[in-house]
Amino acid sequence: MTKQFELTVDRIKCDGRGLCAEILPERIRLDSWGYPIVAPGPIPEHLMGLAARAVDDCPVLAIALRRAQVQKQRPK
Amino acid sequence: MSAPQLLAGPDPSRGSERRAEHVARLGPLPKGGHALIELLVHTGLTGRGGAGFPVGLKWRAVAAASHGSAVVIANGAEGEPHSRKDRLLMTSRPHLILDGAMLAAASVHAKQVVLYIGEEHHAAMRSMSGALTERTEHERRMVRIVAAPPRYVAGDSSATVHLVDAGIATPTTTPPSPRDRGVGGAATLVQNVETLAHVAVIARTGIATDTVLITVAGGVRTPGVFEVNVGTPLGDAVQLAGGASEPVRAVLVGGYFGQWVEPAEAWSLPLDPHALRARGLSLGCGVIGLVPASHCAVCEVAGIMRYLASESSAQCGPCFFGLRALADACTRIAERGTDPGDLQRLQRWSAEVQGRGACKHPDGVVMFLQSAMKTFGDDFAHHPAHIRRSA
Amino acid sequence: MNNAVLWYATRGAGAVSLVLLSAVVVLGILSVLRVQTTGWPRFLTVGLHRNLALMTLVFLTLHIVTAVVDPFTHLGWLAAVVPFSSYYRTFWLGLGTIAFELLLAIVLTSLVRGFIGQAAWRLLHWLTYAAWPFAVLHGVGTGTDAWSAWLFTLQAFCVIAVLAAIGYRFMTGSRDPLADARSSFQGAVDRREPR
Repeated sequence: MTKQFELTVDRIKCDGRGLCAEILPERIRLDSWGYPIVAPGPIPEHLMGLAARAVDDCPVLAIALRRAQVQKQRPK
Repeated sequence: MSAPQLLAGPDPSRGSERRAEHVARLGPLPKGGHALIELLVHTGLTGRGGAGFPVGLKWRAVAAASHGSAVVIANGAEGEPHSRKDRLLMTSRPHLILDGAMLAAASVHAKQVVLYIGEEHHAAMRSMSGALTERTEHERRMVRIVAAPPRYVAGDSSATVHLVDAGIATPTTTPPSPRDRGVGGAATLVQNVETLAHVAVIARTGIATDTVLITVAGGVRTPGVFEVNVGTPLGDAVQLAGGASEPVRAVLVGGYFGQWVEPAEAWSLPLDPHALRARGLSLGCGVIGLVPASHCAVCEVAGIMRYLASESSAQCGPCFFGLRALADACTRIAERGTDPGDLQRLQRWSAEVQGRGACKHPDGVVMFLQSAMKTFGDDFAHHPAHIRRSA
Repeated sequence: MNNAVLWYATRGAGAVSLVLLSAVVVLGILSVLRVQTTGWPRFLTVGLHRNLALMTLVFLTLHIVTAVVDPFTHLGWLAAVVPFSSYYRTFWLGLGTIAFELLLAIVLTSLVRGFIGQAAWRLLHWLTYAAWPFAVLHGVGTGTDAWSAWLFTLQAFCVIAVLAAIGYRFMTGSRDPLADARSSFQGAVDRREPR
């Protein structure tokens, strides 16, 4: 049983640069003002590489990967 | 009909109750500690600041994270524009609040107590600092007063902690929650002053208090703060405020982060945090606002939306831009008339804003708006253009 | 014969390093300015910025190694790390040493940005604005043929490009749409003691 990860965004650090949505459009899209809406839930295995890149490329380190939490799902 | 517990004793309008009177009336300060925490869990006391979180559980969590150097913050900022209850308590029963704060400090093993009071609330400031001089030397050394900037989010827990800790009243990202890492990195308990007053009574009686403080505002003859028994019908509280001064269009239950209710349904609503929650409503900070039928509901809502949007701390894009867009759309409907595009935009943007800020401000505003669109659905759908008729 | 090869290698690697470094600085500025078109996504700017920075270090290493190993210059390895410690063109070479060390610090801290945190990383990254001019001056001062046509043209092009980018950056305001509102609200709730 492999570990599952999910993406979280620090909303105060995020200033709408939009790189994450470019790198991982399968899980992240931009709202009407350019800020990321992240699909809730764990990242599929085949997208983990891109997710790691999205985390790494964020100019302000606002997005991160954390262990998937097995509880309520809120839209981010 | 209501038996005041917090406001029992001399008439609150007479001002700050002195320590001697307070002790003569209620007895000496009991001991805080583990037993008190368990008593609070048992009585089911919930917070009166707006969130309604179970007090005993909160104290347990802070005590567990404490390591002996926790901080207690008595939150009397009262940023909600129409609320007056916290100020009334501070100006008339400061020792109840101080008792509650000291009991909290003893129970969560805190070495510091902060009284967080609105910097423009001068009477409350005077009363609390005056009362402080009547306490023991030990207590006086533990307590300090910190002034809160007069902004809506300044009363948010993380903003409170941020102000006390670093001097800026902006909400911060959680986790970590202030309960675990707050002022100076120590576990911090942020508790509304009314809640602390309840604790001071519970610690002495050993049983639950059964009153709430309500601020009745808007279209009533004598708006003000009233202490009513838990479960009192909302209509009775309105009668205490002299009754409606004109026919009522709707009632806002719980202040600006509350819900709109039609009058027929509102009058029988029990003023009980648990019962309201069961109906999908919330007592919140205890503000009951009556909107007269002579006022345009859409214009009222648009005005409140503009205020709430301007109170965003502008740290998160979705909150700042989203709330402004929502407020602008409401204002366009109010001033230029209904446009189906605007109605759609309100729905779409509400969904985009919800849950996407660092604090609960955008969520509260979206819930307020959604409740307004449900209750005033026809008004929103068929609003003619007209100049603003209410502030 | 060997000397000539080393000499050309040093000059060539140095020139390439300067071009790459200038491109890195320009890309860094374009990144902050959030430049983007339908064909050029933002992650491309950031990705190029990083990869070219690493390439710069590679060519810099080549430049330094060939210079030290070259018997003509009588440089010891010490000169590569201690500024102004060489007999050969002491001052101008020293500037190069400083530029190299600054760049090394900048790249290394970028590789561990996750560990040191954004604030510390950003502070160190400002050193770029010291590293680049030092590199340019080093190139101008140490090259025997600093005034030969191709080198002069190359350097002029790099300087113009970077200065133009810097000028543009400081003339346009912040690209963060929240910047004004955020600082205005902060100002309203800031209660720190004025120093």
